[in-house]
Amino acid sequence: MKKMLIVAASLLILAAFFGVMAMTFSFGSPKMTDMDDYFLRHGQEQTGTNNQCTSVTFDFRGFDTLGESTVLFCAIIGVALMFRKMQAGDEHENE
Amino acid sequence: MRMSRIVRTAADILYPTILIFGLYIIAHGHLTPGGGFQGGAVIATAGALVIVAYSYAEVREWLSGKVLMGQEVIGLVGFIGVALIAFAFGQVFFFNYLNASGSLFGIPVPYGINAGELNTGGFVPLMNFAVGIEVWGGLTLVLIYMLSGLEKEVC
Repeated sequence: MKKMLIVAASLLILAAFFGVMAMTFSFGSPKMTDMDDYFLRHGQEQTGTNNQCTSVTFDFRGFDTLGESTVLFCAIIGVALMFRKMQAGDEHENE
Repeated sequence: MRMSRIVRTAADILYPTILIFGLYIIAHGHLTPGGGFQGGAVIATAGALVIVAYSYAEVREWLSGKVLMGQEVIGLVGFIGVALIAFAFGQVFFFNYLNASGSLFGIPVPYGINAGELNTGGFVPLMNFAVGIEVWGGLTLVLIYMLSGLEKEVC
């Protein structure tokens, strides 16, 4: 019973928090727009791409995409390690 | 276990179509929604399709894991290499040196609405191709590795 009360109270508090957030900040009109405006105004001339998402991911934030590619590479190495074939009779995998 | 002739014929027709569609998404990454990751994921579904239609053992006869691993490595190294060439122009890492240079992918783009020329974007299309090749090889490789753990032939 006490557990249920605690769960209900925390859910109520969370709902009130998100409700207040949704009411205070209106969707589609952010408070700080300097960076968005810069990307939209200069993105086409500086990167030559019409698709501004690509201009951000591959040019302005190229390091982020480099990290993503590296993460994918490491994930595939992990899968390859998990599913490698052991020879018959091997007890230790690193031999 | 192979599926019926109808499924196999449909897979034969759809495999090159999916490949072309994925390459289109990669090549037009700087003009339309999409890009390297999305196009590579689309192409990886083509591998899943042929593995379902034919069997895993049969597909592995022509789909080599070494080639896919090479694709992945070439994609990642190409991505870093294209970004590193900026040092040769005396610029910082990831500087878009090809933009508005008049050479490959070098047509300048004005601000505002325009028709969209494929030969624009600086090094962004090159990056898209590198990432697309990497994701293509990588996701197909994950599929192959996971299916290689099968005890008996179910698909």
